[in-house]
Amino acid sequence: MSNQIFVIVEHLKGNIEDITFEMLGKGKEIAGATGGELVAVLLGSGADDLAGQLGAAGKVIYVDDPQLAEYNPQAYCKAVSALVAANQPKMVLVGNTSMGMDIAGGVSVANNLPFIAYASGIANDGSTVTSSLYGGKMNVDSSPGGDGCVVSVIAGSFPADAGRVEGSPAVETASADIGDLSIRFKQLIEPEGGDVDITAQEILVSVGRGIQSDENLPMAEELAAKLGGAISCSRPIVDSKWLAKTRQVGKSGLKVKPKLYLALGISGAPEHIEGMKDADLIIAVNTDPKAPIFDYAHYGVVQDLFDFIPALSSKL
Amino acid sequence: MNIIVPIKQVPDLVEELEINSAGTDLDREWLKMKLNEFDDHALEEALLLKDEQGANVTAIALDGDDIDKALFAAAAKGADRLIKVTGVAGTSTHEAAKAMANVIQGLEYDLVMTGVQAVDDRDGQMAVLLAHYLGIPHVSVVTGVQVAGSSVTVHKEYGGGMVAEFEAATPLALGIQAARETPRYVPVAKVRRASRDANIEEMAAGDLGVDAGSTVAKMYKPETGAGAEMIDGSAEDQASKIIEILTQKGIK
Repeated sequence: MSNQIFVIVEHLKGNIEDITFEMLGKGKEIAGATGGELVAVLLGSGADDLAGQLGAAGKVIYVDDPQLAEYNPQAYCKAVSALVAANQPKMVLVGNTSMGMDIAGGVSVANNLPFIAYASGIANDGSTVTSSLYGGKMNVDSSPGGDGCVVSVIAGSFPADAGRVEGSPAVETASADIGDLSIRFKQLIEPEGGDVDITAQEILVSVGRGIQSDENLPMAEELAAKLGGAISCSRPIVDSKWLAKTRQVGKSGLKVKPKLYLALGISGAPEHIEGMKDADLIIAVNTDPKAPIFDYAHYGVVQDLFDFIPALSSKL
Repeated sequence: MNIIVPIKQVPDLVEELEINSAGTDLDREWLKMKLNEFDDHALEEALLLKDEQGANVTAIALDGDDIDKALFAAAAKGADRLIKVTGVAGTSTHEAAKAMANVIQGLEYDLVMTGVQAVDDRDGQMAVLLAHYLGIPHVSVVTGVQVAGSSVTVHKEYGGGMVAEFEAATPLALGIQAARETPRYVPVAKVRRASRDANIEEMAAGDLGVDAGSTVAKMYKPETGAGAEMIDGSAEDQASKIIEILTQKGIK
């Protein structure tokens, strides 16, 4: 095992995603505390110019391959697994993102390494990883073994600024024998336009599972209208097709930063928190006093939504 | 087309969760379990493919509390075959995935579709681990599957509502985030009928030889409520106080 900390760089359409900088910032702390080397692993085709944004790392390992021109789960799994096998890093940091969820488990099995998922905290000496589980209701501290591990990091857990360092780290070009692929990238489909842009709204009334039925949505919509804002929601509402994807806040939806975020019946799973925790004012209403959303809200109301919403509406 | 759908029961988060005396896991004695909601979506997507073009859908689960009920519910919704994998004691996803792989290897399959994640998969997600134990390619965070012959079109969701489209050959494993339709509802009476008529085949997990690779030092509740100033009183009182805050902040 080497003393390297790997960060798998995530990029889409020429932009490095924030999660990468968040992991670089944390990785730098761990590398500093353990006398290790922080290595950014960059995969792509003609993407070497991105290395200039990875100055937080001591070194960039860059793999240029036409099969990596677009993100491909199979190609990424093969390439990252091969690099991990060749370099034996003591920790591999991967985003708990759409891309990272393909990669982390694959690297774990291919290299027979422990995999600790949903990390919201990592001790700087690398000895303990805190996972946020059960919808954010429980934290679990795990100790990885001594021979390297893969950790998937929840976006927003560490500040991105600490890892956003321009510079010209040493770039080591590596090749990866990706071989034949049975998965081919076809196209990127942009979200449908035409709906309200919730990221531009100053006031969001956001509904979650607690709204119980789409028949109860008009009540929340009326409240949003009276407040001069728009309605947004958590993932289960979109999965139930009650609201359009364009209204979803969180990991697989949009990141919002309104002046007021009124969370109605949203428990506050980490995937949701990721998308709204930077709002100026967060007011959460939930029947469960132990709902994790109250950790992030400025004001909390434990109440039945169907009593509270009409009460608030009638005062506006 | 043969589709295998691994499902599992997870603690119902609506209920209060308690920690065991060792401080390393949930106190499972009184835990209320429910089907992992993402597995419900995986089953739905499989059944949609069956409805559209015909497929043989097998629901498979590790033995455990309330699992027969979940399997019978899958049958009531349209699953053709039910399998229960016995002989797995641990709670790690690596072990569960290896056990599933051991059994699935002996079955005919084109697609393996399971939930993209579960609330308790500390050491990783089933779909990706299972795919790698089976040695087949995999896509996670899938929101739509379409099959034409042996070619599968897969929609994978990125952040911000962006979707990547991939074309893949079978066999293929998919971690399903959301089915194209809301998972179908099945009345209790139909599940009861399935529990009389459907048959659960038991198959042994065989040799595992893997584990999570890490150990749990402790489980604890995050500091709930620490962040928020709680507003008490009746709904009317609380609403008045919220109006006061909004006015103060210049929002209303």
